[in-house]
Amino acid sequence: MSRLLRVAAGVVLAAAAVALVLVLPHWLSDARAAEFARAGCFFIAILGLNLVTGYTGQISLGHGALMAVGAYTTAILTADHGFRDLWTIPLAGVVAMTAGFALGLPARRLSGLYLGLATFAFAVAMPAILKRFSGLTGGSQGINLFDKALNRSTGALGHVHVLGRTLATNDFLYYLTWGIGLVLAGAAWVLVRGRVGRAFRAVRDSEVAAASSGINTGLYKTLAFAISGFYAGVGGSLFVLVSNWFVGPSTFGFDKSLLLVVGAVVGGLGSLAGMALGALFIQFVPGWAGNLSNARGAPSVFFGAAIVLVMILLPGGLGGLLRKLTEPLTRRLYTRSE
Amino acid sequence: MLLATDWAGVAQQVVAGLSSGGTYATLAVALVLIYRATGVVNFAQGELAMFSTFVAWTLTQHGFAYWPAFVVTVLASFAGGIALERVVVRPVEGAPVLTIAIVTIGLFFVVNGVAFWIWSPEVKSMPNAFSTRPIRIAGVAFSISDLGIIGVSLLAVLLLWLFFRFTKLGLAMRAAGLNPASSRLTGIRVSWTIALGWGLATALGAVAGLMAAPTLGSFDQNFMQPVLLYAFAGAVLGGIDSALGAVIGSLALGVFLNLLGTYVSWVGTDLRQAAALAVILGVLLVRPAGLLGTAVVRRV
Amino acid sequence: MPLLELRGVAARYGALRALRGIDLSVDQGEIVAVLGANGAGKTTTLRAISATVKTSGELVFAGERLPRRPEAVARAGIAHVPEGRGTFAQLSVDENLRLGAHVRRDRAGVKADYDRTLERFPILAARRGQAAGTLSGGEQQQLALARALMQRPRLLLLDEPSLGLAPLVVADFFAVVGELNEQEGLSVLVVEQNASLALASSERAYVLEVGRVAVAAASADLQRHESVRRSYLGY
Repeated sequence: MSRLLRVAAGVVLAAAAVALVLVLPHWLSDARAAEFARAGCFFIAILGLNLVTGYTGQISLGHGALMAVGAYTTAILTADHGFRDLWTIPLAGVVAMTAGFALGLPARRLSGLYLGLATFAFAVAMPAILKRFSGLTGGSQGINLFDKALNRSTGALGHVHVLGRTLATNDFLYYLTWGIGLVLAGAAWVLVRGRVGRAFRAVRDSEVAAASSGINTGLYKTLAFAISGFYAGVGGSLFVLVSNWFVGPSTFGFDKSLLLVVGAVVGGLGSLAGMALGALFIQFVPGWAGNLSNARGAPSVFFGAAIVLVMILLPGGLGGLLRKLTEPLTRRLYTRSE
Repeated sequence: MLLATDWAGVAQQVVAGLSSGGTYATLAVALVLIYRATGVVNFAQGELAMFSTFVAWTLTQHGFAYWPAFVVTVLASFAGGIALERVVVRPVEGAPVLTIAIVTIGLFFVVNGVAFWIWSPEVKSMPNAFSTRPIRIAGVAFSISDLGIIGVSLLAVLLLWLFFRFTKLGLAMRAAGLNPASSRLTGIRVSWTIALGWGLATALGAVAGLMAAPTLGSFDQNFMQPVLLYAFAGAVLGGIDSALGAVIGSLALGVFLNLLGTYVSWVGTDLRQAAALAVILGVLLVRPAGLLGTAVVRRV
Repeated sequence: MPLLELRGVAARYGALRALRGIDLSVDQGEIVAVLGANGAGKTTTLRAISATVKTSGELVFAGERLPRRPEAVARAGIAHVPEGRGTFAQLSVDENLRLGAHVRRDRAGVKADYDRTLERFPILAARRGQAAGTLSGGEQQQLALARALMQRPRLLLLDEPSLGLAPLVVADFFAVVGELNEQEGLSVLVVEQNASLALASSERAYVLEVGRVAVAAASADLQRHESVRRSYLGY
């Protein structure tokens, strides 16, 4: 009986999440909707990062660069190759997945901080590489789809017609990002419960034990990076649309990679719902910080203080808090991380 | 061909590289210190060093000469580091390593913001630490400043080494880093050794910042970020748990970067960072624990 | 008044109750053994004393409440040699010994003890500069004991000293402990799986079962009573 109750509770929670996403824009101003859409992009990227760090226990300081790969794929295909921006989203995911795979190869040899450095190098090198290959990437100027491919940029003119209705662009982007986000979250949820997810956790908890159980640890480590690359790529691709259809080399500097890690840990590693909270945190808290005071440096101080406070009060992140609150209902539904 | 090479020029560039490498090394040892005590890389180490440097700068604006300001700042940084650990790190002492790492990221933002709040964003300049005259050694002109920085950096690291090797407290700190549980049974107050580690690391950071600042004609609140990047890279190259490795790795990195920048013209500043990191990565793939790091043999 | 007294001490690891209220005492100059099967709570008892696990109940040492932090317990005069010895493998033998004296202020006394320790354990003297991790099991056990002695404790807690060691080595070890007890009045509380050895080396013994004291008696009596031995000690 209690198992049925738990499954039912899980379904109710999932339905509530979907309902919330559907209904929220009614209360949001246009500008707010755009901000939520950005948070949605982070949500997707952090979902991927969560697979690498939360489930497989590897450090990545390079996911911002993977977002950049996705972003530029979308920008280049739309601007120079006649694609409609929306169709490039899955392609961006695939290209970033390959980059993620490549990034995951050193992961087989390196661990901990050494891997951190490798991913860090990737993040730092990306803007420089993007500037250098200016023929393809538009160099320091970046790519502006508004200029180059207005007719292929969905919603650039202010409205989008979909399913017989007309939506304001920002609302459309909000639904697009969070819709894709929920779908990908569902996919992650399924992945995590299955064989692959168990293998990930085995690698995180004890590589030696995992290997002696016959798990090809190198394969799973690289797989985690590849899958997270797909997620980051999709997130990056959507980010272009949400950023007024523009991307430049400094859009995804090291600070974005760092921000993603903050979002993942503050959100609560290993908690899918936490990832949404983490994304909202990194999107909105810097803005609130700016509103609190006009003093120079204030946004930084408040954002940093918020991070420190959350970590001190909730070492398991916001997702950890959420889990504690809903524990009686969903005891077995969310996969636990340590 | 050999005779035609400008050996004097190379020597000068090597020394210049060792000089910047020296500042990286000092900061790198600070990173290793905290890493060994807590298992975490302190993302805020550079910003704390920056803060110390700005404090010193303020002192110089109020009549202090460089070296008196240096001494006061380093001592104050030591105290500040301890205080910071007690307030910000202690509450999360038992938490997972990643949590503590994120706290240091938060600290990065706070310190950076506070620095912008206290001091204006206009660039500043620091009085020179050493004379700007060149000195001739074996007929080659070297900058006293470069030699001085190398000297101070190595001296700071040496003093630290002596402390750890020969004093009771230093031994206790080493033990606490290696095996906190056993250390407590021996009566060591592990919590305080961590605080002390932070104090020393912050003081070292101040030294690094104070060495670096005069060499940059002008600097602002973001000036330590590249230094942190190179210090981290140098420390990892040398083996993140080895202070000696951190020194060697950072010095090598400094020399490499300088030679790269001087002799390979198509590599701009941006790509230089990437190139340095790429080389380090190459080394790591061959020696996954860094040059002098101990490959961790964990009991299953 | 006993040197160490435990009254109704309980301890838990999360939801697992390892000790359910034990009463135990050690008099000045005694060697007391704690025996029992795996999981009975022997190691937890020592951890309760050295405050490396959270406890409830009364713990009194030399007439005062025992502090609840390991560093403070060490300062109070209790040396705990944990399971697995707890030596600092990466530090040298010499450094391990120096660490043992961390709580002491009397430099002359420490120096004298250091010299005496090297005399008493010539193998350690020979391997002074070596990393502790390179010593054999038996040598590490000696080092662990020597380090604890450097503390000049009033009470020595030994957790399964015979684990993983050859019988001759173990016999030597207990002989040394016996000497220390006779010559210097060192009180010892020793946890052991090897019941016959422990009973032969101690005056009194407690047998634990599932976190409680099942039997408390003189060691000689326990050795004699076959039925008690069979049911609780398996031999």
